[in-house]
Formats: sequence, C-alpha cells, structure tokens
Amino acid sequence: MRSARYRELWNLLFVALVTAIGFLSVYTARQQEIDSTSLIYAGYFLALYAVAHIGLRAGLPDADPWLLPLAALLTAVGLIEIYRLNPTLARDQSIWIVVGLAGFLALILLVGDVRRLESYKYTLGALAVTLLLLTMVVGTEINGARLWIRLGGIQVQPGEFSKLLLVVFLAGYLREKQEVLSMSHRTILGIGFPAVRHLGPLLTMTGIALAVVAVMNDMGTALLLFGIFLAMLYVATGRSLYTVVGLALFAAGSWFVYQTAGHVRERFSIWLNPWPDSRDTGYQLIQTIESIADGGLFGSGLGRSFQLLDNGSTIIPAAQTDGIYAVWANETGLAGAAGLLIVYLLFAYRGFKVATLADDSFSKLLAAGLTFAFSFQAFLIVGGVTRVVPLTGITLPFVSYGGSSIVSNFMLLGLLLMVSDRTRKAIR
Amino acid sequence: MNARIGRLFWIAALGTLILVTMTAYWQIWAAPDLAAREDNARLVYRQLSVKRGLIYDAGGHTVLAANKRRVKNGITLYLRRYPFGPLFAQPVGYNTVGEGRTALELYYNDYLTSSNSDLATLFDKLGDKLQGQTVTGNDLVTSLSMPAQRAAARGLGTLHGAVVALEPQTGRVLAMASSPGYNPNDVAGAIKRSAAPGSGSPLLNRTTQGLYAPGSTFKVVTATAALESGRYTPDTIIDGKGTCITIQTVPLCNAGGEFAGQVSLAEALTFSYNTVFAQIGEQVGKDRLYRTMQAYGFFQKPPIDYPSDELSRSGMYSRGKFLAPSAPVDIARVAIGQERLLATPLQMATVAATIANGGMRMAPSLVDKAISPSGKTVFESSPEQITRVMSSQTAADLTSMMRRVVEEGTGTAANVGNLSVAGKTGTAETGTAGLNNAWFIAFAPAERPRIAVAVVIERTPEFGGTIAAPIARDVIEAYLASGVAK
Repeated sequence: MRSARYRELWNLLFVALVTAIGFLSVYTARQQEIDSTSLIYAGYFLALYAVAHIGLRAGLPDADPWLLPLAALLTAVGLIEIYRLNPTLARDQSIWIVVGLAGFLALILLVGDVRRLESYKYTLGALAVTLLLLTMVVGTEINGARLWIRLGGIQVQPGEFSKLLLVVFLAGYLREKQEVLSMSHRTILGIGFPAVRHLGPLLTMTGIALAVVAVMNDMGTALLLFGIFLAMLYVATGRSLYTVVGLALFAAGSWFVYQTAGHVRERFSIWLNPWPDSRDTGYQLIQTIESIADGGLFGSGLGRSFQLLDNGSTIIPAAQTDGIYAVWANETGLAGAAGLLIVYLLFAYRGFKVATLADDSFSKLLAAGLTFAFSFQAFLIVGGVTRVVPLTGITLPFVSYGGSSIVSNFMLLGLLLMVSDRTRKAIR
Repeated sequence: MNARIGRLFWIAALGTLILVTMTAYWQIWAAPDLAAREDNARLVYRQLSVKRGLIYDAGGHTVLAANKRRVKNGITLYLRRYPFGPLFAQPVGYNTVGEGRTALELYYNDYLTSSNSDLATLFDKLGDKLQGQTVTGNDLVTSLSMPAQRAAARGLGTLHGAVVALEPQTGRVLAMASSPGYNPNDVAGAIKRSAAPGSGSPLLNRTTQGLYAPGSTFKVVTATAALESGRYTPDTIIDGKGTCITIQTVPLCNAGGEFAGQVSLAEALTFSYNTVFAQIGEQVGKDRLYRTMQAYGFFQKPPIDYPSDELSRSGMYSRGKFLAPSAPVDIARVAIGQERLLATPLQMATVAATIANGGMRMAPSLVDKAISPSGKTVFESSPEQITRVMSSQTAADLTSMMRRVVEEGTGTAANVGNLSVAGKTGTAETGTAGLNNAWFIAFAPAERPRIAVAVVIERTPEFGGTIAAPIARDVIEAYLASGVAK
C-alpha cells in the first residue's frame, strides 16, 4: 500500500471526528425536537467514506490524499446543517451521498484513464448543450427559474451536469485549437488578433450563456458556464485578450438582457438595494444576511441559532440550498465561515496542483477547468448570499441540499482524482 | 501553462479573501444595525421567547397586559393578551409579531423584556439563563386608575374624542382614553379596518396626537399671561365693546351674539367673552402670551414616558405643518384659542393640572415603577417639576375664576353634588357649519385638587358645556369615589 492512501486515511479520521462532534452538538441542542435514531446518519456517513477510501485504494492508489477528505468535510458540514434544519431532508441528502459515491466509484471503474474522454469531446459537448436545451423546453419552473427536469418522481438539475460535460469538452477542444487560438492573424494597434473564424466558439459560448439567462432565468448557471469557458480559454491560450473580449461581449449581452428581461432587472435591483422591499422581493436576501450577521465572531453554536419559525418552516427561504452558507455562518460565526471558505480554497489548491503536475495538455486543462468550476460555483453562491454578486440559485458544492449537485460534484472529484492518480504514478 | 494555472489559484485566493471580508463585514460591522431591523424575524422571535413583564394599573391590583404561552414545533412563545381589550389600548399599546409595538409596550420594551442594564435585572436574567429557564421581564405598575379609565371610556362611548386625567401634584396619568379605539388583541384586524374610509383613525391616540383648536379653554392660558403681567387682577374692569369688535378688518364676535359691556376679568372668563379676551391678548402681546404658552408646554413634545413618535406638539399649525413661534400671527384670535392654534388633549389637561398644582407644571408620567421577577423595584419614577408657570397667587385667582365657570357660567353641567369643580369650557368651530369640537378642562376639588381632566369631543352639534363637561364630571366623580386618592 502507498503512503498517499495512509495520509488520506488519517485525514478522513480527522473528518470523522469533526463530523461526530458536529452531529452530537446539533443533537444535544435540539434533542427536544429530534430523536436519537437520526444520529445513525452520522455513523452511516462515516461508513460511506470508508467504502470510498477502500475504493480508491483499489482503483486510484496514487491519487491526491487531500481531495476526498476535503470533500468529505464539506459534505459533513452540509449534512449537519441540513439535519439541523430538517432531519427528513438529511435522510434524503445521505441517500444522495450514497448515489454520488456510487457514481464516483463507477466512473473511476468504467473510464479508467481520463484521456479516453478526449475522443468523445464533441459527443459530450453536444450532450451538454442538449441538456440545457432540454431544460429550456421541458423544464419545470420553480420560483421563477427553469432549472429542473422532472424524471419520474425526482427532479434533476441538468445545469449541474452540463457544467461537467462542458469542462471535458473544452479541455479536448482547446487542446486541439490551442495553437491556432494563440497565434495572431493580424495586428491592429499593436494588439495581435486571431483569425475571425476562430472567434466562433467564443461567440457561440456567449450566446449559450445569455440564452440560459434569458430563457431559464438562471443567471447563476450562465455566469458559471461562461466563467469556466473564459478561465479555460485563458489557461489554454495565455491570451488575456480573450478574457477581455469575452467579458466585454458578456457585458454587452447582459445589458441587452437586462433591458429586455424584467426578471433579470429585478435581480439586479434587489442586489443593489434589497432594503426597501424587505417583506417582498428583498426578503430572501435580507433574511440571509440577517442570519449571517446573527452569527458574530464565533456563532451561536450548532443547532442553537434561530432558523425555524413556529410553523416549522425556515426563516430563510431555501435555507437548505441557497442559504446553507448563511445557516453555517450563523451557527459557527466568522470563525466557522472563514474556515469553510478556506476548505474550498484548499480544495482549489489541491485541484490546481493536480493540474500543474499533469503531463499532458488535456489533463491539465481538464483538472484546471474542473477545479475552477468547483471554486467559482462556491464563489457565486457565497458571494450571492453575502451580496458580493447578485443572488442566484446555484448550489454550494457538496454542502447544499440536492441530488444533482451532490452527484455531479462527486463525478468532478472522481475525474480530478483520476488525473491525479495517473500523474503521481508517473512521478513515482 | 502552469504559470496560468497558478494565476487561477491566486484568483481563487482573492475570491476567498473577498468572501471572508464581506462575511466579516456583515457579522461584525453591520451586525448591530441588522439585529435591530424590524424585519429581522430573529429579533421578533427572540423577544417573543421572553416572558414579557406584566403591566398593572395603579397600585398593581389589576393586570392590563398579560401573556399567553404557546408551544409549537419545539418553540415556546409568549404572546400578549390584553384582558380589558380596547379599554387600555391607548396608554398600554400593543406588542405583536407582525405589527411591531406601540405606547408603553414600546417605550418600556427594555424593562418588559429584561434588556435593561441595571444590576438586579441582569442577575435575574443570568439566573434564568443558567437554569435554562425562560427569561422573564420586569413588571410595570402604571398610574392608571381603573375607575377613571372606565368612566372616561363610558363617557366617550361611540363619540369621537379623547379624555386625559392627571394627578396635579405629580403629573401621574390617571386616565387616557381615545375614541374610536381598537382591540389590542387583534391589531392586524384593527389595522385592516382602519384603512376603510370613515373608520375614524382608531389606532390614533387622540390624547397625545390629536390636534384640535382649543377654543375658549385657551382663555385660561391668556388669563394666566394677563394676571402674571401685573396689569390685571380678576377684578380689573374691561370694556367688552358690545357683541362684536373688529380685529384686523375681520369682525370678532361673542358666542351666541351675547353682549359684553363693562365686565371684570373673572366675569369675562365665567361667560367666555371673546371680545374681552381678544383685547387682553392684544394688550398682553405676543411675546408674553407665547412665554406663558411655552411655560405651559406648548411648542414642545410633552416630557412623558411615551414614544416620541406618538406625541404631537401643541402650537401654531399651517396646513398640517408646525409653525415656528416666530411666524406672524393674529394674537387677538390666538388669545381666544382660534387662529391656527392647535392643542392636544394632554396639553390642555396639563394646563388644568398646572393651575391645580399652584402654578408648578409637572411632567406627565404613566409608569410608577418597574419590578423585577424576584420582587425588587428596579425603577421608580418620582414627580418631576418642569417649570413654574405662574405664582401661587395667580393660580389661586385662576382657580376661583374657573370655579365660577362651573358654578354660574358655561360649565354648570360639571357640577358634582357637594364637590367643588373648577373648569373651563370651549367650543371651537370645525369649518363645517353646525359641527364643533367641544372641550372641557377641569380639576377638583378646587380647594385641594386631586384630579385634572381634559375632554374633547369631535365634530358634535353640541357645546363644551353640554357634552364635554358631563364626561369630565363623571371621570372626576368616579376617581374621587374610588378612594384611591388620599
């Protein structure tokens, strides 16, 4: 057995300890309302990660030893807070974690070598667009946003998966076009411009992102997809010109959408000044911010903050999804909130490290893209609830309640670990 | 490519820094303001989880504001219940989840929720918290007299108007009633109903916020200025100059077209001659009259333990806006309580109480003391002298003049058996022909006053002496008969 896996085991044991403490403190704070049998979720949660760890020992013995424990810590934070808000939802979430881990192991087993994905890049890219189009056409609208497709009894959020597919597609596509995109076709005012036909993808991508905003009212996914695209384009070509042009195009497009689509305008005005509509449109953001503020430096303690109304519903609308960071910040204070953000940064650090160590462009682009997607998504939603950016409905990776989010992020983790395992094996 | 990936990491680090900074901003910098926002459900529920202190009438005999406990989904809440419904709605106010709080419930919220910072309360609260018990607030004992309040409410009945009664020596509020009222047990419903046209603003506390032309009751203020000037005694003879005189080209007449010849100041007050008081006003002048008004408390919000938002200043108003005392006025018409002069019932009760107290104005107060759950008195109000408005001689003169108003003048309806009531009527036209705002201010017993009252009835075809005076009499009688007063 290899040292990386022992490292991982120790990390996981530490996470196990934190998780157990977390569940116990929620339980002690709320034992009048919740019964002790629900405590088995904690044990069950730990067993799952033991299985994942054994799976990695068998499948990817050399993979990075930090990523899985960091993901485990994030899912633990999410599960504890969801459990604290509503034990029934926590049960669902733990089922999603099982599904996610199963998908994670299946992916590792089936794909084996990530580079095999490169040859399916167009298929995967087309699938990403199809998923988005499908949502636009047959999607169900919830709270004014069309993010979900109903499949049997469950709702799937295809945006979460098209994010992954897009990264894989772009990694393949950009590796192929890297050279032509980096070359200057002609020079205007001292700035080299590539041939116009190579700008096609940039325009297409901008169009897709804006369509997502306009039709699905899903500004979060649009920003996320577009951000991923720009970041990967930059990593592939090293040309900040694309970033500038891309941002300019997006800004112009956003302005157009802002002018034409009322719901986007409303989101912006809430973001700029939520206070006058505290009982109406600004309610969610204000309650979220008030919850964060209530935490102070060290928080109220797990399970001890004020989250539920006397009719059993949460004060913050969508507390278990959009508002989960606010609940955590309320209960653990600035210390816990900053800690959580640092866990995301550590994840980003390990992810980007996987990318720099990778020895082929596809793997590098893939790992960098996946890591950026993960971090940027966290930034968008935490920024949304802290009023850094407009509040959107995307999930906090591994923490928010939701099956699609959990499963897609486990697949993201699986891909990262696959890249890592191959390179570290090569180094060894 | 690795350098670019490295740059992406630094972007992620910068993003993290922004998020941590912004979270810190909300949790540390902005937190106090956010915690105090009225839309903060946390604040409201946290306060509802406190067992608020009870509010009692004078002497702590009867509970005016109680709690009902409700446990739901593991959350224990204490909701307010007001056993007397609308009877004490104006002084006590309400405390609700959705509609906030008013009146004493608002002004003394810190005491009622034990958020006040005195030591006895802090220890009680700490004890509660350590034992995991509900925090219990301090009880308030008010100065409100059950018989006086009942008599005031009964007197008003379905009429629109207000009654305030004060204890002259202390300024303690004995009764505070405003009609139409509302039931504080259903504030949401009351607010909904108050939006309907013709509802008569049931949520408005007319005693502190209602502004009415004081009419002839104001002649008492003019008489104070006149006597204090040293140029007048109650026996000074003034020429009433008949039925009407012309002031600033507009004729000014006596009520009912009465003829005033050579009359004494005392007679002029007894029969409320406008032509006499208009001349006195011009003689005394704006400066002196305004100084007297200022001393009585005009032009300022009253110094009462009541939320500032629910208090109005008495003084000159133009189109609903308060006029600075420097604004030019027709002082002859001010002297008879007209022009653009508006006063609250609380202000006019203060005028009566000041005279009853020998010329010393006291700060009105609603709460006598606050008592912690362990029985300690954590706050006790003591009578507060504001200013001497007049000499005790002037006060004695005014008392005998006002005594004559009730004995033989316009206020005979206020006579109570063998009790000596001193008072002054007022009837101010409303601008709608045949409808007046009817006033009566009074105190009793004249020799050793124990209660001062102001009554106003809105838009009535009757007069101060016929509709307001009997209500004042009933309040006085009920209070003095109750034996609460020494």
